[in-house]
Amino acid sequence: MKRFITAAVFFGALLTVWALLCRARIWSPVLLPPPQAVAQYLWNSTFNPGTASAPNPDRWQLFVAIWITMKRLFAGYLIGLAVGLPLGMLTARFRPVHDTLGVLALGLQGLPSVCWVPLALLWFGQTEGAMLFVVVMGTLWSVVLATESGVGNVNPIYVRAARTMGSRWLHIWLKVIIPASLPFIVSGMKQGWAFAWRSLMAAEIFVTILTGFGLGHLLHYGRELNAMEQVIGIMLVIVCIGLLADRILFSPWERFLHRRWGRPNDRARDADPDFPEARKLNPDPLPCPKYTTRSLTRSVTRRSSDSAARPKPTGPWRTSSSSSNSSTPSAASRTASAPR
Amino acid sequence: MTLQQELAATPSAKLAVVDVSKRFTMDRRSVHALERVSLQVAEGEFVCLVGPSGCGKSTLLNIIAGLETPDTGAVLADGEPIRGPGRDRMVLFQESALFPWLDVFDNVMFGLKLKPGLSKSERAEVARFYLKLVGLDGFMHANIHELSGGMKQRVALARAMAPNPRVLLMDEPFAALDALTREQLYGDLQRIWQQRRKTIIFVTHNVREAACLGDRVVLFSPHPGRIREEFRIPLPRPRDINSVDLASHSTEIMRALKAHLGTEVEVAE
Repeated sequence: MKRFITAAVFFGALLTVWALLCRARIWSPVLLPPPQAVAQYLWNSTFNPGTASAPNPDRWQLFVAIWITMKRLFAGYLIGLAVGLPLGMLTARFRPVHDTLGVLALGLQGLPSVCWVPLALLWFGQTEGAMLFVVVMGTLWSVVLATESGVGNVNPIYVRAARTMGSRWLHIWLKVIIPASLPFIVSGMKQGWAFAWRSLMAAEIFVTILTGFGLGHLLHYGRELNAMEQVIGIMLVIVCIGLLADRILFSPWERFLHRRWGRPNDRARDADPDFPEARKLNPDPLPCPKYTTRSLTRSVTRRSSDSAARPKPTGPWRTSSSSSNSSTPSAASRTASAPR
Repeated sequence: MTLQQELAATPSAKLAVVDVSKRFTMDRRSVHALERVSLQVAEGEFVCLVGPSGCGKSTLLNIIAGLETPDTGAVLADGEPIRGPGRDRMVLFQESALFPWLDVFDNVMFGLKLKPGLSKSERAEVARFYLKLVGLDGFMHANIHELSGGMKQRVALARAMAPNPRVLLMDEPFAALDALTREQLYGDLQRIWQQRRKTIIFVTHNVREAACLGDRVVLFSPHPGRIREEFRIPLPRPRDINSVDLASHSTEIMRALKAHLGTEVEVAE
């Protein structure tokens, strides 16, 4: 509740400053319309029925645009995921694929997605296909890279343990490798979403098509008509959709990961065999199996003060102790240098 | 099948390691990890493999587990050669290797679900039995990151024993724990071993630990990895790691170890 009030006060203050600046008439209202003009635009393009003699022609316009944009976004995003996740697994698993497709993905991921627009326009013309292509290209490579690093970072000991328990190919992938790389995959999916969203906006601004007006088009025509309240209104809507998507699509996953894996410094501690375990000096079992948020926070603070003097752990999933001859480079070099 | 039948179902196995050699090639250098190693392990015996690092004891354990294949020689379990990993030989690693995406109970169930011939409720019953055996029946649904290192190794022990393997292979399972927790686990492991009578092969570089736990201690020397000597530890159980009788045995083993390392150094020079 306190956090909510803080946020409300902050945004309230922001609105007030905006309104005051408009009242001060420093800039032309064409360039900086007051908040109520933006609100009026939003009302007009959503619920406003108009009058009986002059019904509002723009009623529902914004919802239609959101619907069209979302359809394009989800189509592109889902294709990007469906192709990117398996490709990422392949690049992590097979060295030739890693050296070819992995490099390609790394290069193309660095290409701003708006750079695909000219190519898409020439290949597909002013069609939905061009739009979809830009979104898929924006999503795909970051999903590939995140999946690759997730799968590549799976501690090989999990796979070895699973094999001794009788787990084989498909079972290992489904029950061990994919769940173990879930933290990376979720952040990759989140990143992919952000890229899809960006590239779709770029595509909608630059690709003018008649098969549906999305949010980007409204933004574009806002500029053409010098309707600044429309431009700002649409920008607000885009921001809100981004926030909502984060809450609805990704927060549940992140909460699950947090509960199961622990906080990032718990994960680092798991990977560190030298960690002095403060809690276990008490031979009695821990007081309760389920932790409340508060007890977790407390134990985390204590632990971080313990670890202040120690060198930083190398990474969440890297473990430094394996006398076995696994295929990780660190273990390999250690085994090789042993006879000297 | 009742819990009692399931627990009684599989006897422990005897193992025979016959003339096993293994080389690794790393960065164009060849490492002779094991050279013509032979070892007999009786049913229900507790054997400790001791040696300095790089002597191939973990490699031998991995070969017995089926995670690696020997260049020459074979490992026989009850006369049958070992081909690949299997749930009759479970491994306990130095890091617990518990799966952080599952809770304690589901970790123990992981191997059980892969074992045919049990119903769902029987599997759950077996899992609960072993969690109780390691003293963690109050932590069934705790997340792995909430456990201490000692508790993790207990869960790993329960997970390894749950599918009722014939052999337990332990690769320095207590090396990362503090001394106090380790002492507790020595006691627990001996109690559980006496109760369930599994064949155990236990790799360690801690001589005292080996003398405390093993019926027999097998001494390895490196470059190439070879068995140098064997020691029987005829002390009664349960043994206390701090007892004087144990100290005399571990001193003897330590002296032998140093002697072998000494000759090794001379050869190298």
